[in-house]
Amino acid sequence: MGLLDKEFSDGNIVIAPVEDLFNWARLSSIWQLGFGLACCAIEMMATSMSHYDFDRFGVIPRNTPRQADAIIISGTVTLKMATRIKRLYEQMPAPKYIISMGSCANCGGPYWEHGYHVLKGIDRVIPVDVYVPGCPPRPEALLEGLLKLQDKIRNESLRKKSA
Amino acid sequence: MKNAEEIFNILKDNFGDAVIALDKDTPTEAVITVDPLKIHLVGEFLRTNEDMMFDSLMCLSGVDDANGKKVKDADGTDIIEGGTLSVYYHLHSVSLKHKITLKVSAPREDAKVESVENVWKCADWHEREAFDLVGIKFLNHPDLRRIMMPYDWEEGSHPLRKDYKNPEFYQGMKVPY
Repeated sequence: MGLLDKEFSDGNIVIAPVEDLFNWARLSSIWQLGFGLACCAIEMMATSMSHYDFDRFGVIPRNTPRQADAIIISGTVTLKMATRIKRLYEQMPAPKYIISMGSCANCGGPYWEHGYHVLKGIDRVIPVDVYVPGCPPRPEALLEGLLKLQDKIRNESLRKKSA
Repeated sequence: MKNAEEIFNILKDNFGDAVIALDKDTPTEAVITVDPLKIHLVGEFLRTNEDMMFDSLMCLSGVDDANGKKVKDADGTDIIEGGTLSVYYHLHSVSLKHKITLKVSAPREDAKVESVENVWKCADWHEREAFDLVGIKFLNHPDLRRIMMPYDWEEGSHPLRKDYKNPEFYQGMKVPY
C-alpha cells in the first residue's frame, strides 16, 4: 500500500508519490458527518460503538458539514429531508464522499410504490460512492462498505477525481 | 361511569339536533355522530361536565370515507366526487374510567369542522395532521399549516385521500419510482 512499504534508506526520510500520501491520509481519517435518518442510523451508531469500533478505521462523527469528509445516508430520505441533505452536501468541503446505507437510501426500499413522501434513491439528488444493501444492513455490511470506499480513495488520482 | 346510551341521552338533552346518531354496533367504543360545526361545544361539555369528565383526547383521526361517486378523470384515472370526510375523536375519562368515540362528517369538496384545540390542547397537532394528509379544514384553529408534508407542497394535494395522485416532480426531484 504505498507509503509505509517504501525503503527506509536513511533515518527519517520516507519517499512516496504525493498522490499516495494524500490518498493514505484521506482514507485513514474519514470523518463522517454526525447524521442519521431512520433505523439504519441505529445500526450506524452500533457500528460506531466499541464492539464494532468504526474508530479503528479513523471514522469519527463530526458535527459540522464544514469539517466532514463523508456522509452516510442512513435511512429513508423523505422529499422534505432531501432538500436539507442537498444543502448539507453542498456545505461539505471537497473531497467529499457519500455512502448510501440501506435499501431506502439506495432506491426507496419498501416505499418504492406507495411512498408518496419518499425520494426513490438518494442518487437522484447527490452522487453516491458506495451503496450498502440491506434492510437495515448489519454493522459488518457497513464496515465492508467503508472498506470499499477506502479502496476507492486509495486509487484516486490528483488529476482526475474518481470517487 | 356511564355507558354509551346514557352519554348519548345526556348529550341529546343538552344539544338536541347537533347530536345526530348513536352507533353501538362497533368492535370497540360506541360512536356518537355530531354536527361538525357544534363539535367544540359538545367537546367542552364532555370535558367539563362532572358526570362526563372526558379529560383525555386519546386520538383524533381524519378519515376519507370514499363514499362518493367514482368518475373518470381527463387522463382516465378514478377520482371521487361527493361523499364525506370524517373526523373521529377517541375520548377517555381518567377519573370516571369510561370511553366514547365521537364522529363528525363533512362534505368532501369543502370539509369544514370546528377545531377542538381550545378544549383539548393536544388536538393542535392532530388537527394539523388531519388537515395535511386528508384535507379537512378546522375552523378557528390557531395555526393550521401542514405538519408532515413540506410547507410548499402543492396546495389542495392531500396524500391520504383515496383518489390521491402523486405529482411527477417536487422541487426538481422525480417522485415516482
